[in-house]
Amino acid sequence: MILALAVPARAEPLPVREVAKGVYLYQGAHGEATAENHGGIANIGFVVGDASVAVIDSGGSAHQGRRLHEAIRQVTDLPIRYVINTHVHPDHIFGNAAFLADEPDFVGHAKLPRAVAARGAYYLEGLKQRLGSASEGSEVVPPSLTVAERLDLDLGDRVLRLTAHRTAHTDHDLSVYDAVTGTLFAGDLLFRERVPVVDGSLKGWLNVMSELRAIEARRVVPGHGTPTADWPAALDRQESYLRLLRDEIRAVIRDGGTMEQAVASVAAAERDAWLLFDDYNPRNVVTAFTELEWE
Amino acid sequence: MTRLAVPHFTLRDLWLSTFAAGLALAYGAAVVAAAEDDPWPDLREALFEDRQIQPGDGVIRLEAPYRAYDAAIVPITLAAEMPQTPERYIKTITLIIDNNPAPVAAVFTMTPHSGTAKISTRVRINAYTNVRAVAETSDGMLYMATKFVKASGGCSAPASKDQDKAMARLGRMKLKQSTPVRLGQPNEAQLLISHPNYSGLQMDQVTRHYIPAYFVQDVTISYGNETIMTVEGAISLSEDPSFHFSFVPEGPGALTVEVRDTEDAVFTRSWPVEPEAGS
Ligand SMILES: [Zn+2]
Repeated sequence: MILALAVPARAEPLPVREVAKGVYLYQGAHGEATAENHGGIANIGFVVGDASVAVIDSGGSAHQGRRLHEAIRQVTDLPIRYVINTHVHPDHIFGNAAFLADEPDFVGHAKLPRAVAARGAYYLEGLKQRLGSASEGSEVVPPSLTVAERLDLDLGDRVLRLTAHRTAHTDHDLSVYDAVTGTLFAGDLLFRERVPVVDGSLKGWLNVMSELRAIEARRVVPGHGTPTADWPAALDRQESYLRLLRDEIRAVIRDGGTMEQAVASVAAAERDAWLLFDDYNPRNVVTAFTELEWE
Repeated sequence: MTRLAVPHFTLRDLWLSTFAAGLALAYGAAVVAAAEDDPWPDLREALFEDRQIQPGDGVIRLEAPYRAYDAAIVPITLAAEMPQTPERYIKTITLIIDNNPAPVAAVFTMTPHSGTAKISTRVRINAYTNVRAVAETSDGMLYMATKFVKASGGCSAPASKDQDKAMARLGRMKLKQSTPVRLGQPNEAQLLISHPNYSGLQMDQVTRHYIPAYFVQDVTISYGNETIMTVEGAISLSEDPSFHFSFVPEGPGALTVEVRDTEDAVFTRSWPVEPEAGS
C-alpha cells in the first residue's frame, strides 16, 4: 500500500541505447513477465525523424510505457505521432496506455483489431493477476490505423516502411523497416536466444522467414534477444529450430503417434540451444501438432 | 501469490481454494480441496444420485498429464481394462472435469462393436482440477478413475491461432486409420472435426460480449449398420475436436460419421475400410 503511494508522478526513464542513428532500443529481459520487471520482457524502441517520433512496441505494462515515454523525452521534444504494435502479445502492447495523452495513431496489422477483440480482455486479466498493482493503468488500446499490405510513415526526412505479413508468429505480424539506417524491426518474427513461440502457423512462419531474407537490412532488431548486423544469417538459428519442429512432428504423425508422444520427443536436439526451452517447446509442439495433423 | 492467467467467472472462490490445495500437493496424490469447496459431492449426486461407484481398477483407466502445456488442448485418454464383449462391456464413459464451468465434458456411449473401449480426446481445463472417468458397464455397475491436472484458463483462452483458416475449414473432417485393417479385431482410428467449439466464455473485447457458445453436440460413428460409438459433447472439448477410438470390422465396409452442432448444422462423411486380403 505504501508502495502505491510512493509511485512518482514521473517514471524513471528506461535505459535505452541508440543502436543506429536516431534508432533507440530497450532490450527486454529473457524471462516471464513479473511485478518486478513490469512485464518488460520484449524489445521495445523508438525512431526519431525530423518532425516526429514513432514508438515500435510500447512494452508490457502502462508503467513500462511511461518509462519509455520518459526515455523519449530525454532524447527529443518532437511529437510522438505513431505507436506501432507489431502484434497483440501482452509484452508488446500494454504500454500503449502511456501514450494516449499524445494522441498518436496506434498502428497495427489489418487483422490486429480482430486479435485485440478476441484476446485483449483475457490478456489484461492475466496481466493483472501476474503483475498485481504493477499492472496499474494498463489497458487494451486497439489500433486506429491499420496496414493491409504496406504503409509508409513519414517522420520528417525519414520514412518507416511497415509490412503486414501472412500468418507466421501470429496471424497479424507487422515488421518495420527504417531505410535511413537499414534497421529492420522484425517484432516476434525473429527470436534470438529465447526459444521462439508459435502462436500462428509453423508452416506460415517458415514461408514468411524466406520472404524476410529478401530484405536488404544492415541490422535487425528481434522481438526478443540481441540486435545484430549479421543479416539475414540471424534467421538461421530460428529456422533450424522451426524446421526440426515441423519435420519431427510430421514423422510422429506419419507413424500414427499421438500428441503426447510428440511432446515427449520433438526438437530435443535443440534443447541446449535456447533459453526457456522447457517452458515453451512442449506448447509449441501442441500448437504445431494441431496444425500439421490437418495436412 | 503469483496467480496464473485465469479469468475465473463463477468458480472464483472454488478456484482459489483448489489452487492452494494444488500447491500443497506436489507429488500427484489425488486432491480434494477443503470439503465445503469440493464440487464433487454435488456433481456426484446430480449425475449418479446415490448409486455406488467402485474404484476403476481392472475396468477403466484415465491418462492425463499432471501439468498441461496448453490449457485449451489437454490430451486425455480413457482406456478400458476389460474387453468389450456382448456379455459384458462398457456402455458409457462420462468424462468429468470438476472445476470447469460445465463439468461434464463428454459422454461416450459404446457398443461391443468397438472391441476395445479406448478413447482419446482433448479438453479445455479452466482451473486446477480433478478429472474423472466414470464407466458404466452393461450390467449397470459404475467404476471411476481420477487424475489431478494442473492447468488454468483453458475455457476462456482465445480461440484459433489462425482465425481465417479455422472458419474456412469449419465442418471438415479427417479420419486416420491404422493400417493394415484387421478383420474381427479392434482397429484404431482417429477422427478430427474442424469446429471452433466456442465455449461461451471467450470475450470479444470490443463489444464486451462473450462470443456465444457454439460447439459440437453429437457425434455418431458407425460401421456399416452398427453404431460403434456416440459422443455427447460440450464446451470443455477443445477446438477442432479429436477422437481416437476402436472398431471391429467383420468385413469390408465404410465408417460413417455424423456430427451435429448446437446450431443444428449437420456434417456427414464416410470412409471406405478395406481390410487387406488374407488378413
Ligand atoms: Zn509475440
